[in-house]
Amino acid sequence: MTETEALVRVEGARLHYPIGGIVSAMRGLPSAVKAVDGISFTLHRGESVGLLGESGCGKTSTGRLLLKLDDPTDGHITFDGEDITTIRGEALRRFRTRAQLIFQNPFEALNPRFTIRAALSEPLENARIPRAEREARIHRVMDLVRLPDAAQFLDRYPHQLSGGQLQRIVMARALILEPDFVVADEPVSMLDVSVRAGVLNVFREVRARMGLTAVYISHDLALVRYVCERTIVMYLGRIVEDGPTEDLVREPLHPYTKALVAAVPVPHPDQSHDPLPIGRGAPDPRNPPSGCSFRDRCPMAHARCAVEEPGPSRVGQRLVHCHLYDQADTRPAARGTPA
Amino acid sequence: MTNPDTPRRAGRLRRAFAGLRLPLHDPLAIAGLAIYAAFIVIAIFAPQIATHDPTEILFTDDFQLAADLRPGEDGYIMGTTTLGRDVFSQLVWGSRSALVIGLTAAFMVALIGSIVGVVAGYFGGWTDTLLMRLADVAFGIPFLPFVIVLAAFLEPSIWNVVIAMALILWRDTGRVIRSQTLTLRTRAYVEAARISGSSDVKIILRHIVPNVLPLSFLYGSIAIGWAILTEASISFLGFGDPTSISWGYMLQDAYASQALSKRSYYWFVPPGLCIILIVSAGFFISRGYEKILFPKLDR
Amino acid sequence: MEPLLSIRDLSIAYRVGTSEMLAVENASFDVPRGAIVGLVGESGCGKTTLARSLTRILADNARIAGGQAVFDGQDIMALSERRMNALRWREIAFIPQSAMNSLDPVYTVGSQLAEVLCRRGNLSRRAARRRSEELFEWVGIEAGRLGDYPHQFSGGMRQRVAIALALALDPKLIIADEPVTALDVIVQRQILDQLRELQTRLGISVILVTHDISVVAYVCDRVVVMYAGHVAEAGPMAATLTRPAHPYTMGLRNAFPDLASAGGQLTPIEGAPPNLLHPPPGCRFAARCPFAQPACTDTVPAPVTLDDDHVVACHRWAEADTLRTRAERSETWMART
Repeated sequence: MTETEALVRVEGARLHYPIGGIVSAMRGLPSAVKAVDGISFTLHRGESVGLLGESGCGKTSTGRLLLKLDDPTDGHITFDGEDITTIRGEALRRFRTRAQLIFQNPFEALNPRFTIRAALSEPLENARIPRAEREARIHRVMDLVRLPDAAQFLDRYPHQLSGGQLQRIVMARALILEPDFVVADEPVSMLDVSVRAGVLNVFREVRARMGLTAVYISHDLALVRYVCERTIVMYLGRIVEDGPTEDLVREPLHPYTKALVAAVPVPHPDQSHDPLPIGRGAPDPRNPPSGCSFRDRCPMAHARCAVEEPGPSRVGQRLVHCHLYDQADTRPAARGTPA
Repeated sequence: MTNPDTPRRAGRLRRAFAGLRLPLHDPLAIAGLAIYAAFIVIAIFAPQIATHDPTEILFTDDFQLAADLRPGEDGYIMGTTTLGRDVFSQLVWGSRSALVIGLTAAFMVALIGSIVGVVAGYFGGWTDTLLMRLADVAFGIPFLPFVIVLAAFLEPSIWNVVIAMALILWRDTGRVIRSQTLTLRTRAYVEAARISGSSDVKIILRHIVPNVLPLSFLYGSIAIGWAILTEASISFLGFGDPTSISWGYMLQDAYASQALSKRSYYWFVPPGLCIILIVSAGFFISRGYEKILFPKLDR
Repeated sequence: MEPLLSIRDLSIAYRVGTSEMLAVENASFDVPRGAIVGLVGESGCGKTTLARSLTRILADNARIAGGQAVFDGQDIMALSERRMNALRWREIAFIPQSAMNSLDPVYTVGSQLAEVLCRRGNLSRRAARRRSEELFEWVGIEAGRLGDYPHQFSGGMRQRVAIALALALDPKLIIADEPVTALDVIVQRQILDQLRELQTRLGISVILVTHDISVVAYVCDRVVVMYAGHVAEAGPMAATLTRPAHPYTMGLRNAFPDLASAGGQLTPIEGAPPNLLHPPPGCRFAARCPFAQPACTDTVPAPVTLDDDHVVACHRWAEADTLRTRAERSETWMART
């Protein structure tokens, strides 16, 4: 297995939710929310990729597509060479053992009626792991998520555990079948600051130890940077920038990424208070602007942005969806455009 | 991190009890359960408790028809009817048909409603559409006339009421359980079970059903009262089963015999009271389930 | 200059079943005039309870168990309900958490603003209208949108409306409970900028309740760090964040991802806050503190004032400098697990 081998390939995926009815259709309003609107990317084996964006940008919907919790309205998603948009039956069952989700809210991800042992057994039962083997696997995965004193937890109920412990249990359940691919949806946003680091460290560690391919969904660039070497920034259902996290933090290219990086507050007294390079207002997923969906807030927008949706342009190791970086476009603002 | 360790044995016993989900924390619900327990005991031991055969026509020592005797007269605890039947024995035997009808109807309503609701809510799509349109049809059918028509097609029998209730009253239970299932389906732990590869049947049995059960019980306990009331109404209207004694039949008998003008209160007040008692007991219990379901209402 | 608000030994108790729980115990700190004070801590540390108590609107099962809060010369905790009512909104305005969702959906935002101005501010309709326009301009919304309904605003815009509502009667103090928590970073930044600008322009004071140290670092002048119902540390923001004297604050710094400094390992503070129904006898943080000594588990540390108005409640306050160096190493925090 080389590092560049693709595990997940997303090609032109769209996810549109129908909204409104006849009345809004007659008033010329859009008939669907384009939660995901034509995105393409490839995840390589062992890679950890952050999906970053504001609420409503489609990052969670993308995560659901990757795990076949929703099927795309259009486009294809392949997992290990197999198109998961059409799989069913045994193939789907096999996929379910290989791709897992780590939930955002650990307080809701576990059924309050079952003990931790029962929660961890469920995937093992489904995968038809023999009963004799289950206990050993449960203990092994508990060690993995750094809850080594497993006996102390297994007979308890979710409400008897703290948030940090619960989130590790949620992780343990995702990892117990030794999947190849994990999607984590804001796994620490419900946790207190002092315990977040513990969960993040376990995530990093487990990923490295199991060679997992991981997608980390978050609105927090600082968190994404801590766990992901590559970041995909989304805005209104589309990808705006995709590249190594460090490059993205150090020198964001897309005007939206620039604003995003500048807006992240840091826990130091000395930080920039400059106004953000972005217009006021908020994205409206029901009614995105024509052309580039960011143009109404973009300080650099020009006429072309209104008519033409920017395609990806390669800048170094990055893909940027912005007309400023179009090869054809030689305006001076397009800094870093390769020859 | 509270309660470090719960003893497992005791926990298991408690869980078995919790499985029944009896609303044992609400005084009214306990009263309701007690009333039911009392009626169940009476129904079981009806042959021992009743002093006479409820349908037997009785005669006095001087071979006169024992008609319209007052309570206590000639040793008839609650007197006799115009046809010379023992009111007390009828009352006792009446609890049997009331409970049989009430409990089976409640069971059918809860069962059918829950299955329809869970299936429609969980699977959605055309299954949901089909089942909910069926529910709409059931909502459109007037209940009492339907039972009467049914009685006309089938033999007059106390089971008509049960069948009618099963055919129609699942609609309310089904609707409510469907909406509950719709919200449960989006719970993160249900999604988690799906991702971990649990089949739909397993998810339903393990994660959905235990959560809708109190609702099923709530609607079941309401249905008990409905069934008994309906049977009483049907019998009172004269469409009941003439061979089985029920409280509704007693009322009808008393009405037809002009018991009110004869001031034979002992004849129609007790069955009326029994109906009121058992129907309200059903609602008391349902109130208890309501408190389990919506603890915030308790204020 | 005398502070606008001076909280001394304030305790707030919740009745839980038959016992009482002190959600806030002997809290003391000042809110200077014209300053933004950040009140930080984890969920359940008592920060929201404390902030709410300053409006004297508490949950049914809560009561002020002691202490005082002197606002502009009068003790809020001792005021009659009538006097207190006169103070609310006119002098002390409160922006509750998710205030942006607390607007009434069936009235236009303009009429909700006007209602406050006419009812509580005794303004005429016309004066209220003028004032509403001014308020909207202050918080950066076009006056034309006064006729819009809440659902026509985005989350950030509604938060601006909530701020406008709080400012309506020219209060001296605004208490904002997690005002930017539900917002995206860009909007969060814009709201914080707006809040800072208004605070400077109007010379008011703000208590900003938050769990996010970055927000404190961005916008606050002073910070009060709470832990399990106690004030662990309070002082000027820059001094407290760069030279924390309480091990909890030191630990938080390591636990927080920081976009400004590359790499580095984050270190959690292992364990969880104590159950306040049965609080430990000594320092509330002792069980999670890598520097705890026998004294820490026996007696509650008294607040000590270091230089520069920086107050800390820690038995080992004198060693703060050495502890800080040790706290920067993640092994220090892992040894106890």
